[in-house]
Amino acid sequence: MNKLTLAPLGALLLAAAAIAPAHAADQKLVAVTAIVRHPALDAVRDGIQDGLKADGYVVGKNLKWEYQDAQGNPGIAAQIARKFIGDQPSVIVAIATPSAQAVVAASKTVPVVFSAVTDPVAAKLVPSWDASKTNVTGVSDLLPLEPQMDLLKKVVPNAKRVGMVYDPGETNSTVVVKALREMLPKMGMTLVTAAAPRTVDVSSAARSLVGKVDVIYTNTDNNVVSAYEALVKVGEEAKIPLVASDTDSVKRGAVAALGINYHDLGEQTGHMVARILKGEKPGDIKPEVSTKMRLFVNPGAAKKQGITLSDALIKSANQVVE
Amino acid sequence: MNLFSFFGALEIGLIYSLVALGVFISFRLLRFPDLTVDGSFATGGAVCAVMIAGGHSPLASTIAATLVGAFTGLVTGWLNVKLKIMDLLASILVMIALYSVNLRIMGGPNVPIINTPTLFTQLQPAAMTDYVFRPLMLLGVVILAKLIMDWFFLTEKGLAIRATGTNARMARSQGVNTGRMILLGMAISNGLVGLAGALFVQSQGGSDVSMGIGTIVIGLAAVIVGENILPSRRLTMSTLAVILGAIIYRLFIALALDSNFIGLQAQDLNLVTAVLVTVALIIPQLKRRLARKSRD
Repeated sequence: MNKLTLAPLGALLLAAAAIAPAHAADQKLVAVTAIVRHPALDAVRDGIQDGLKADGYVVGKNLKWEYQDAQGNPGIAAQIARKFIGDQPSVIVAIATPSAQAVVAASKTVPVVFSAVTDPVAAKLVPSWDASKTNVTGVSDLLPLEPQMDLLKKVVPNAKRVGMVYDPGETNSTVVVKALREMLPKMGMTLVTAAAPRTVDVSSAARSLVGKVDVIYTNTDNNVVSAYEALVKVGEEAKIPLVASDTDSVKRGAVAALGINYHDLGEQTGHMVARILKGEKPGDIKPEVSTKMRLFVNPGAAKKQGITLSDALIKSANQVVE
Repeated sequence: MNLFSFFGALEIGLIYSLVALGVFISFRLLRFPDLTVDGSFATGGAVCAVMIAGGHSPLASTIAATLVGAFTGLVTGWLNVKLKIMDLLASILVMIALYSVNLRIMGGPNVPIINTPTLFTQLQPAAMTDYVFRPLMLLGVVILAKLIMDWFFLTEKGLAIRATGTNARMARSQGVNTGRMILLGMAISNGLVGLAGALFVQSQGGSDVSMGIGTIVIGLAAVIVGENILPSRRLTMSTLAVILGAIIYRLFIALALDSNFIGLQAQDLNLVTAVLVTVALIIPQLKRRLARKSRD
């Protein structure tokens, strides 16, 4: 270690000292981060703003809002977490598991509200589903599978083989695959999986299912949702109906989805953030799951994918996408 | 940039400077275009996180992660030297294979170690806050790694590795077993990367299978930024330059995260980072040109 080594490092430390401390504003600051951008996570983000607005916190009036996404990179997620903590916000909202883990690992004091994390206990964000007594709480997007499989039966009554495209690198998806492997045989069906480790693999994974399955089910897998159009193309070409589990995908070409509307999930998160802004401690608020399930159907997509939906099903839908 | 984000950038930068040192060994000393790094970074993290979560000591876990990282480098080297697969392709093969291997190691895509003791929490003195201590400790680790590297690459073995990279035929004629040198160099390189992965998961509270993606890009950028800022033919200066490059790259990301005041948005982050790095790369050229002009 020579003198030259120390000089630039010293300069860096001086630069740190010169950095102004975080501002103390009269507006409350809510800092929001997501691991990556796709329609569902963006819907959560917008929902949070609407939820806050309903509780009297309007961005630009009495609320400051900061949003950063990590462009899918965990190194950047870690840096965003540090930046947010330094900005001293009233609440940090972390959307999706990797972002939430980065924020929770970086601070034990700043209030953290996670959103769209399927299993916050397995991700070690909170010790249990009870009030955590720590600085962390949030809203999970855990989806009960039984009603979804009932829907699948209603869409394709004689389905025997259920295909599923998923990213083996995503915890949320592997949890669903494991559960379906146990559940489907009891309903007289089998699961056929195809892995899509990258977004660009979604199309070829879907193609590999052609001829092997009667219907393709997808969970809220980030890769699949990002490239849902690729799946729709295969579904239309090979006449395989697609059942999704987020309602936004129905607008993009799925036949039906009984799912959480991610905007609703965001609103629920927004209400929780508002409670903390009003003085409640995150450790006293139980982590929640989404209570609203919504059925979206798309008869036009059904026709293109070679089936017709029953009138009863269309009538029971919360929204029919034309 | 606030104090937390500055220390955060320093911390992540120091971790990635180990990656950059590894990349420097493969790309610069061995002239081996090695993309294994994207896999071995995550492998190091996976091994470390799984062992810590399983109750092993953080030190043992970190050492094991380094050794497994070195082993992945050996595999790439072996594919190239023994099976005569082109260097770049050999490393790509190992990189994509490691994605599956990492999922096997972790038994799933994500292993959290948020409230488990790590090297950082074990060594942290009570009087110091974690966000200051972690970069300080990493600084020690990185300086140690640099000094060992500076020493090793002046020993007979180290010089043989450098000779293999500079001119393999010449090295062979001098009696150097170039195949073995490639294996050794690749093992050291990916061992450093595995160590970086292990430190990354301990600082970030968990391992994720996606954490390796883009590591090689960051490592290469750090090497090139460093070489531009501190151009030198001496090894001790080059290793220093590479470390500084990695830290500066992270500081640029921290700066880019603060760029929303000029109307830029979150989605512009990568672009802003790229522009900042470009500026850093052309400043030395501009300086040289200005100096030449003033001489005329």
